[in-house]
Amino acid sequence: MNKELKLKTLFVQKPLELDCGKIIQNFPIAYETYGSLNEKKDNAVLAFHALTGDQFVTGTNPITKKDGWWSYAVGPNKAIDTNKYFVICSNVIGGCMGSYGPSHQDPDTKKIFGANFPVITINDMVNAQYNLLEHFGIEKLFSVVGGSMGGMQVLQFVSNFPNKAITAIPIACTYSHSAQNIALNELGRQAITADTNWSEGNYTIENKNPNKGLAVARMAAHITYLSKKGLQEKFGRKLQERDDLKFGFDADFQIESYLRYQGSVFVDRFDANSYLYITRAMDYFDLAKQFNNNLSDAFKKTKTKFFIISFTSDWLYPTQENKDIVIALNAIGADVGFVEIESDKGHDSFLLDVPDFLKAIKNFLNKSYLNN
Amino acid sequence: MKNEFKVIANLIDKDRRVLDVGCGDGTLMKFLKDNKNIDCRGMEISKSKVQKCIEKGLTVIEGNAEKDLIQFPDKSFDYAVLSQTLQAFLNPELVINELLRVGKKAIVTIPNFGYWKVRLHLLTKGTMPITKTLPDEWYNTTNLHMCTIKDFVFFVKSRNFKIFKSLALNNKNVTLINNSNLGFKNLIADLGIFLIEK
Repeated sequence: MNKELKLKTLFVQKPLELDCGKIIQNFPIAYETYGSLNEKKDNAVLAFHALTGDQFVTGTNPITKKDGWWSYAVGPNKAIDTNKYFVICSNVIGGCMGSYGPSHQDPDTKKIFGANFPVITINDMVNAQYNLLEHFGIEKLFSVVGGSMGGMQVLQFVSNFPNKAITAIPIACTYSHSAQNIALNELGRQAITADTNWSEGNYTIENKNPNKGLAVARMAAHITYLSKKGLQEKFGRKLQERDDLKFGFDADFQIESYLRYQGSVFVDRFDANSYLYITRAMDYFDLAKQFNNNLSDAFKKTKTKFFIISFTSDWLYPTQENKDIVIALNAIGADVGFVEIESDKGHDSFLLDVPDFLKAIKNFLNKSYLNN
Repeated sequence: MKNEFKVIANLIDKDRRVLDVGCGDGTLMKFLKDNKNIDCRGMEISKSKVQKCIEKGLTVIEGNAEKDLIQFPDKSFDYAVLSQTLQAFLNPELVINELLRVGKKAIVTIPNFGYWKVRLHLLTKGTMPITKTLPDEWYNTTNLHMCTIKDFVFFVKSRNFKIFKSLALNNKNVTLINNSNLGFKNLIADLGIFLIEK
């Protein structure tokens, strides 16, 4: 992918032992930054992207030519104001936008990894990204922030590095992937691996592409990002460029056409193996299990100020799962605020123009920065 | 800031941990934080008021005191404050117990249904009283369990909770309530403020 474009890349020399036991070294982390780091280096915000995100948080994504995934929230005078803060975001390892992932070459075999890339975890992603702090000479981040899988990384980051962030904003996430979450991810993975073009993960070498499988995975996942009400209001039973049902299997309904479109544009920008690896990392995420099923212990050493946000219509990572994190933090007297934002836009609310949400982040960050 | 909050703030020592249950727009929390170096947490059920607190830079949790106080460990706050909301709960006794569990002490304020204007309204007009502290009609009020200062004192005593201080508030006028003047204060105060401990 995107060989022609020069991505900002940090090559991590230090070996990193992954949860699976394998050790990686001299691996690339592709990142992007917005705004500027001040002299005191106290205005850095590390943003973590979600499953299909990348380092291009805002502005125009140079690969897709579309707006960055968090353009509503990040930018000059926006909720995370790049006139004030230095925002860093990197592509997770396992990803496909320049960071070490299954489309890279295995240094041992000199072949593209494919399905031979080591299985990575949220913990691995966070440990890899931690190298960016050293790279920029940042002693302490002002904030770590992210939604969905990005929120999981926020939780893991604070747990791993309790003294490295002044504030943390986990959004629309969970501390432990539920059976339903795993089931939905498995559906996506099955769609990919059932595509004969997947070829046990070796599609790049064989010059094939499991686009159909990946598109179906995206379509199924996309439904989980929206709410029933949102879908009904936007599409209802509206027909797609026709006056009546056609008694066939073409996209009669607008919702079908919409999903097919979502699937088709996704395959242009995302790698099927990365999809397998990243969904696996999410499924393996259980922060409580890392601490003998006591989530509070994950945060015992931290003074980080938390602000947790959920959305009313998010059924993928519902309010209660976000509240469970609040409860665990309150149990140890941590500094934690929580708000559930009213929105019909489902899990995707955190990526969209939801004024109450954006206002809350803006106020939380700006007041915390002032008081710090 | 309303007089009630000034009285509450005077009951709280400096540098303590306070949980403000039903903290509204955070006016009291902000005052405590700025003037008494209080480590303050708020719980508030209204989303718009939670936003107001965030605007003030306060730590607030959106939640319902009847269900969500359970997450705080025993005695995790020096004071738990409940201002004029006790009467709005389905189970006020449960909330009082929770306040006294999470707080070493609790400060509870109640709109006094024994206030003379309330009594007079009911006596002369024969309709549900509407006053400054009880502004809503019977059909849209959030108040479910109105009580008088006397009722509250009797309740606290019956549960063997300690009362450190009972104050009667009438406009700007703050006076101490004791056993001998309870009947009178119950008539002239529109608000009762109590510092209690289990």
